Amino acid sequence: MTQSFRLKDIGLINRNKKLSFKFNGKKYYGYEGDSLASALIANGVHLIGRSFKYHRPRGFFGAGVDEPYAIVQLYRNGETEPNIKATEQELFDGLEATSVNCWPSVNFDIGAINNFLRIFLPAGFYYKTFMWPKSFWFKIYEPFIRKAAGLGTVSIKHDKERYEHKYEYCDLLIAGSGPSGLASAYAAAKNGARVILAEDKSRFGGTLLTSEVNIGNKSGKEWADGIISELKEMPNVTVKNRSQVFGYYDHNMLVMSERVSDHLPKTKDFHPKQRLWYIRAKEVLISSGSIERPIVFGNNDTPGVMLSSAAKEYMKVYGVLVGKNPLIFTNNDSGYETAIEFKKNGIDPLILDTRSNPKSEIINEAQDLDIKIKYSYVVVAAQGYKKVKSADIAKISDDKEQLGNIENVKCDCICVSGYWTPTIHLASQSGNKTKFNEEIDAFVPGKSKQNEKTLGAANGIYTLEETLKDSFKIGSEVSKKITNNENKVSFPNVVEKKSSIHDKFWCVPLPKGKNYKRFLDFQNDVAVSDIEIALREGYRSIEHVKRYTTLGMATDQGKTSNLNGLQLVSKIENKVVPAVGHTTFRPPYTPVSIGAIVGREVGKHSKPTRKSPMHSWHEKNNAVFVDAGVWLRPRYYKRGNEDLFEASKREAKNVRTNVGVCDVTTLGKIDIKGPDAAELLNRVYTNAWLKLPVGKARYGVMLREDGIVMDDGTTTRISENHYHMTTTTAQAANVLSHLEYYLQLVWPELNVNVVSSTEQWAGAAIAGPKSRNLLQKLFPNSDVSNEGLPFMGYMEGDLFGVKARIFRISFSGELAYEVNVESNNGNFMWEKIIEVGEQFEIQPYGTEALSTLRIEMGHVAGSELDGRTIPYDNSLEGLLSKKKDFIGKRSLIREAFTAEDRQKVVGVVPLDKKTSIPEGSHLVKDSKAPSPNPKLGYISASCWSVEYDNPFSLAILKDGKNMIGEKLFVMSPLKNKIIPVEIVSSHYVDPKGERVRS
Amino acid sequence: MLHIKCPHCGMRSQNEFSYGGDASVKRPELGKDISDQDWNNFVYNRKSLRGKHWELWQHLAGCRQWIKVERDTGSHEIFKTLKAEEEIS
Ligand SMILES: [Zn+2]
Repeated sequence: MTQSFRLKDIGLINRNKKLSFKFNGKKYYGYEGDSLASALIANGVHLIGRSFKYHRPRGFFGAGVDEPYAIVQLYRNGETEPNIKATEQELFDGLEATSVNCWPSVNFDIGAINNFLRIFLPAGFYYKTFMWPKSFWFKIYEPFIRKAAGLGTVSIKHDKERYEHKYEYCDLLIAGSGPSGLASAYAAAKNGARVILAEDKSRFGGTLLTSEVNIGNKSGKEWADGIISELKEMPNVTVKNRSQVFGYYDHNMLVMSERVSDHLPKTKDFHPKQRLWYIRAKEVLISSGSIERPIVFGNNDTPGVMLSSAAKEYMKVYGVLVGKNPLIFTNNDSGYETAIEFKKNGIDPLILDTRSNPKSEIINEAQDLDIKIKYSYVVVAAQGYKKVKSADIAKISDDKEQLGNIENVKCDCICVSGYWTPTIHLASQSGNKTKFNEEIDAFVPGKSKQNEKTLGAANGIYTLEETLKDSFKIGSEVSKKITNNENKVSFPNVVEKKSSIHDKFWCVPLPKGKNYKRFLDFQNDVAVSDIEIALREGYRSIEHVKRYTTLGMATDQGKTSNLNGLQLVSKIENKVVPAVGHTTFRPPYTPVSIGAIVGREVGKHSKPTRKSPMHSWHEKNNAVFVDAGVWLRPRYYKRGNEDLFEASKREAKNVRTNVGVCDVTTLGKIDIKGPDAAELLNRVYTNAWLKLPVGKARYGVMLREDGIVMDDGTTTRISENHYHMTTTTAQAANVLSHLEYYLQLVWPELNVNVVSSTEQWAGAAIAGPKSRNLLQKLFPNSDVSNEGLPFMGYMEGDLFGVKARIFRISFSGELAYEVNVESNNGNFMWEKIIEVGEQFEIQPYGTEALSTLRIEMGHVAGSELDGRTIPYDNSLEGLLSKKKDFIGKRSLIREAFTAEDRQKVVGVVPLDKKTSIPEGSHLVKDSKAPSPNPKLGYISASCWSVEYDNPFSLAILKDGKNMIGEKLFVMSPLKNKIIPVEIVSSHYVDPKGERVRS
Repeated sequence: MLHIKCPHCGMRSQNEFSYGGDASVKRPELGKDISDQDWNNFVYNRKSLRGKHWELWQHLAGCRQWIKVERDTGSHEIFKTLKAEEEIS
């Protein structure tokens, strides 16, 4: 097909570069610089989709962000994306797009039956009809609605594209590069301010691209081009196109989405597809312009009915005619500008003006060009189904209530102008309470709430001269306050045509006996009658009316529908518009892709990855890793075809019989120094700390103020006023904050300093009956005998020239030590331990074996200390000092915490000694009891006991103290398992703790 | 995202801080008898009011100091920030 609606010699497109694209499988051509919309219109395509509710044919309504209809499914470089506005998507070679919201095809749409049944689909229809019976929802209603409606399909493939986040600071952020944005940016930049100028579209200049004005001795566009190229040269200015400032948040934080690559067939290597900018601006100038609003009339959603400004933009920017027999329907002078543009391009338009006798320079020009004008005329209804074929028009009385005889005129498009609505979204999001401006019949920003000012058309200023004057002044003043510089910019002479006042007319009455649908919201199919129903049914608040009728919802957020909706409500309610108020403007102003919001925080980038200094050794030795918080820890070291179960059993067994070594670098470590360090520990831990000698370690438990166990670990007294605290891997950061809280806020009199030393030390746990023999070889100059280094003892040693800390502590329940060296020596230490340990049959062990060892010893860990248990529950009540107070002690006397049958940790063994018990299973008395079966407790941790070669679990069980020896059932509905078990002591292996002291 | 003035470091973004609750709560002295009601008030009961509120924040990814911030919980306006040792006026 040829581009039969393409004009010659006009527009900003590059005619030297022809691009091919497909829409609904059919091939077309356009030019570089086209939007998908302009390229389709150039090819005479006006049927783009089907409407949301009634599946009525949909064409184009606007030319930019306000577009409610032309939403397509886009295919680009093997990916697909829904909800793309054809008016915003720039054309690239090979672009493919399809219609949404039509099944089976855009030309024959089954859902359009809704259109003929629409008497059944009034406001609130979905709420009223699809509610009952409840059981119908999932099976019948929802699948039907999903098939018949919806806006596109999301890809379920992993998105290969890259999205970035960027944080930026500036003196002035200016949103919009129309006349007000350019003027204020220029003035501010000249004063030396750091300026970011953001433009949503690919081209800078806003309305200057389409209006017939002169600034100085240049056309509006030439002036804009000049300013932009000058700004781009300035080091203190960042100029961004394809960048939408979509949200204004607290404390002058704004978020902007930059579409870096969406206009290209394929994202370049190492480039992001989109970039999200978090901009903290000292001052914000909102120069977001205004959007033309429609006039409401019968069948005003027919393809070919569109905004007059859009028709002009298609001509002047893209060189495209939206129709060859246009009807212009206007209540102000803007429609004339579009008509004049048509005329200049050899097309004869007909203007219907609602006003009876308007006079202005623009109207004079139209008359001079012999353009046909009918005054006091309105479009009553558009005729045509898939495209406008004609219009029913009529004269309207001065009071706008009575229609004259209806005439039919042929036309192929109806360009509507109902005057202009300032784009106040950002101002409103900033917290600015907007006010109603009677003169323009629209809301404008009120008093500034944050450091924001609104300029030009966004502030209801519709003449270029005033806009430029005002914007130069504000740009200069605001920047001067920041930079203390003032470079006077001479103000250019502006030539523009004067307009006459607009007619406050927004809705054509229905002629007698006619029942045309008159749409307010084009994306959601909300008609005048829907609002009338909502009000009749008692909805009053505009927020309720919005939600009941869906007026102003969906992807265009009512950019063209809100004000007319308010006019209607105010008319029916007999209130003035400001009394009705408008719904809250919330970010985002326009849809933002999820990818941009997520940024690079996906997959393994969603959190930092911390690795121990021995990580590469683990990798080389077949470690299989597991995420432990942000750390990567070896879970087991695979030998041959072993699986997790076999490997961890082997590793644990080797600890019990020979010796094993485990990387414990990830344990939290806090260095505590100061004369009051012991006092701090004494208040933080539940047991006594004042008398711990130098060179000794002690196990401690700390509580939250509510009595729940927060963390446990050993703390060692390195010297008189110096302690080394260890925490669990998971709680390391919280414990540090906890200590800082008490030291800084509660007990500032304590002379203590705390600092994290987790990353300063590499740690290796050496555990097993042969661990002392190994230690002797590692530290030949130290006395590591049972007398020289008793259980819970500490010493410093020399590890082949490297300074090491040796702690005799045990998590495995075996004779065990923990050796720490400075992190950079971690790998050296590890390799020495493995090398020297070979003669003792040493094996490295991972977290799975570590768990096995601690579980069968009955040592509680994170799965028991889960933020729900108190010391008693974990059999740690022996560590509660009676003599002193400590954090959380007062809470322990609460009734539930002291109940006779309080839960307690126990051991669980299956009666058959074979069946593994799933973690998280419930313990019940009677496996056949009717549901809900009373739950007595839960399995917190499970292992295969290497000591007894049978499954063993820990459980938190109600009245655990008196349950030893009881037979219960473990039930796991998830795994569909019922296992008869016996309750035993949690100290399954070495209950007297002899090994650790041996 | 809030912009909080750390009394030690200056203006910083909210994502460097963590929230610490009502700054007017005083921990009862250690070792002193206290009624159940008073203890419950300390541990659990908070006003959660709308309006001006003194609250604790820790400059976690900065100087690690706990600070006091007077903030309007409705508008997010921040009026004043204090160091940990400074008394709320
Ligand atoms: Zn700080």
